[in-house]
Amino acid sequence: MSTHDLEDMGCGTSSSTKDRKSEKALKAALVIQNWYRGYSARLKARQRYALTIFQSIEYADEQGQLQLSNFFSFMLENYTQIHKKDPELVARLFGSTLQDYKDRQDYVSHIDVPDSYHGPRLQFPLTFTDIDLLVEAFKQQQILHAHYVLEVLFETKKVLKQMPNFTHVKTSPSKELTICGDLHGKLDDLFLIFYKNGLPSGSNTYIFNGDFVDRGKHSIEILMILFVSFLVYPNDLHLNRGNHEDFMMNLRYGFTKEILHKYKIHGKKILQILEDVYTWLPIGTIIDNEILVIHGGISESTDLNLLHHIERNKMKSVLMSPIPLDEDRDNDLKKNKINTTIIPREVKTNGSLSEQLTKHEWEQVIDILWSDPRGKRGCYPNTSRGGGCYFGPDITSKVLNKYQLKMLIRSHECKPEGYEICHDGKVVTVFSASNYYEEGSNRGAYIKLCSGMNLRFFQYQVTKATCLRPLYQRVNTIESSAIRILKERMISRKTDLIRAFQLQDRSKSGKLPMGQWAFSMENILGLNLPWRSLSPHLVTTDKNGNINYMSSFEDIHIQKPVKEAQSTLIETLYRYRSDLQIIFNVIDSDHSGLISMEEFRAMWKLFNSHYSIHIDDFQIDDLAERMDLNKDGSIDFNEFLKAFYVVHKLDNVNKSDSKLA
Amino acid sequence: MADDKEREGPDLVVAEFHKKIKDAFEVFDHEANNTVDVREIGTIIRSLGCCPSEGELHDLIVEVEEEEPTGYIRFEKFLPVMTKVLLEKRYRPIPEDILLRAFEVLDPSKRGFLTKEELIKYMTEEGEPFSQEEMEEMLSAAIDPESNSIRYKDYIAMMVVDDG
Repeated sequence: MSTHDLEDMGCGTSSSTKDRKSEKALKAALVIQNWYRGYSARLKARQRYALTIFQSIEYADEQGQLQLSNFFSFMLENYTQIHKKDPELVARLFGSTLQDYKDRQDYVSHIDVPDSYHGPRLQFPLTFTDIDLLVEAFKQQQILHAHYVLEVLFETKKVLKQMPNFTHVKTSPSKELTICGDLHGKLDDLFLIFYKNGLPSGSNTYIFNGDFVDRGKHSIEILMILFVSFLVYPNDLHLNRGNHEDFMMNLRYGFTKEILHKYKIHGKKILQILEDVYTWLPIGTIIDNEILVIHGGISESTDLNLLHHIERNKMKSVLMSPIPLDEDRDNDLKKNKINTTIIPREVKTNGSLSEQLTKHEWEQVIDILWSDPRGKRGCYPNTSRGGGCYFGPDITSKVLNKYQLKMLIRSHECKPEGYEICHDGKVVTVFSASNYYEEGSNRGAYIKLCSGMNLRFFQYQVTKATCLRPLYQRVNTIESSAIRILKERMISRKTDLIRAFQLQDRSKSGKLPMGQWAFSMENILGLNLPWRSLSPHLVTTDKNGNINYMSSFEDIHIQKPVKEAQSTLIETLYRYRSDLQIIFNVIDSDHSGLISMEEFRAMWKLFNSHYSIHIDDFQIDDLAERMDLNKDGSIDFNEFLKAFYVVHKLDNVNKSDSKLA
Repeated sequence: MADDKEREGPDLVVAEFHKKIKDAFEVFDHEANNTVDVREIGTIIRSLGCCPSEGELHDLIVEVEEEEPTGYIRFEKFLPVMTKVLLEKRYRPIPEDILLRAFEVLDPSKRGFLTKEELIKYMTEEGEPFSQEEMEEMLSAAIDPESNSIRYKDYIAMMVVDDG
């Protein structure tokens, strides 16, 4: 704080006027500065709140995803009631793939690349020119032909299979290593990294720490660049598996959709092979025997020795937990008190149970891919995400010391500055997808390190504008985006919310004090958010400061696909639409997009009972028929689910662009 | 409900302040261990509607810091101090008309605007000077690109609408 030395101003007789003037100017400046700092701080707080909203909803959604795992177990245990002759469905849920990929050469060679194709043509064996070729082609928005995609995937699997679970890497004073975090299909970020840091090569080593796909629009392009680079420089491009390198996650978070859209004919095959390739991605990297690089984190029981030796390719998906063997089953049954039927013996595919990891091994991998560091000591279940755990600084010390490591570098969490250091410098998070939630939401970063030197962090932010927009505009954008998805969450729980409000509103005034409104919101939505600060965006308040709780629902509603359909039914289907989509996709083993009315009914019955939803079967049937879907006894479920979307009355466009859809 | 408020009056008000302060604090508590970086305290306090000067902020920080400053502020120390600030309605925000008058003082010939250079000079040399970052941030929104000047009346109107 500097003080203006008034004695230096002015001279002679006019000095007092000058003093007064400069004093006035000083005061005026103070007023403006004070105001501006207050305003700027409030902007930054709003930005934070928006990020908190995005993150809470993202994790709550992941939790929903993981809860599906329970549903699948439940489904399996009641399997015989679904469909007696569907070995593919069982195989899917047991995690084994029936197909034999000896047919690879046949398949790929049967896909012709027509002369009319002007996209990039890769030459096998791949060289660095192919990396360049791809980068340039993708910059021109070209799409790589399915023939090459499949060729790359088959080759990648072949080479990955030879890699150990953990790659051990050494740096040297002349050879630096670059570590990148989540990219999530944001190709512009990858281009920016390559622009600033150079393409991968024998002298430019990279580690990509998982979550290459989902959410962004160019997941396949990122995968292709990374896999091709890997094939050209297998010892200098290291890929770690993230929790999104999982076909079940892709179903929910957009990658599956992207593939089926870009590759209408061969998309299904690509998805099938991809499932397999994922499982061969290494679990992590260890640098100079000092630094552990993994996607998520650790738990107090993390056993690196075990993890070095498991058969990592048996980890198909986070949603496919190992089916217990008979003795385990009995124990599980006693623990969970599930009322089940015995799975018929003939349903097991050949040696299917030995194709799984043990429960312990499986949990070890989940911890690595899903855990988050927190300030609180100890190790707790990660309740936000529903998988992995929260680990405290004491856990970090314990595990690092046990294996004589110095540091953990991980990703998995979006950070406003692209990176964050915690646990006394022992844990570093690096996240490489800038503008992850919305334009302006966060920076991306990468790390450079070499032996004997401190880590260096590089930040960036992709922006479409030639100059960055002013802060208040950026904050407005992310704030309105966050509020929008929060409102959609509210509408999907409308019935439960109103019930909770009305329970507290004994005088039926339609109003509640702030504290009670906030409590219900948190309780019903299960989101730990600063409700008081957010309330001006969500509800109206009367002059006494009481909340008009119904006002949230005035400018937003779920579009009724059919006029006569009941609101609660529509709300339920809207709320569970992502889950239902995944379930349908799993049942639809041949990826035809259709399931039979019978399968639909049976699945709906199970879903109904497992999630304790009180919708009558005939209501669903009725709805399905009224929506005039294929009258041939089969349902196009994508069409079915697309029909449920939210209308924001204040929009000009009808369709909601919810990212979570 | 109105009855409840009268009976519990001050307790209820304090309870609500506590929740509000907790909400604001938590959003900056990255490691979820009830501490925030001291450099974010100013933002937290201002986000709660208060407008302390830099000097006043400095004094507040001294109140909430540990005996031996760690660079972190604990919630337990922050809560009572902040509650008092809110109860006493300290550091009230600047009303719009005062803000306008401040700009007018810096524009004595009543042109209706300040040049970029003038604003920079005042903001970075007078009072509690801006850092370069603060100056750039303010300019990016305040500057009218056509005239390269700050039409302060329009600027204020725009900011006030946004600030809610």
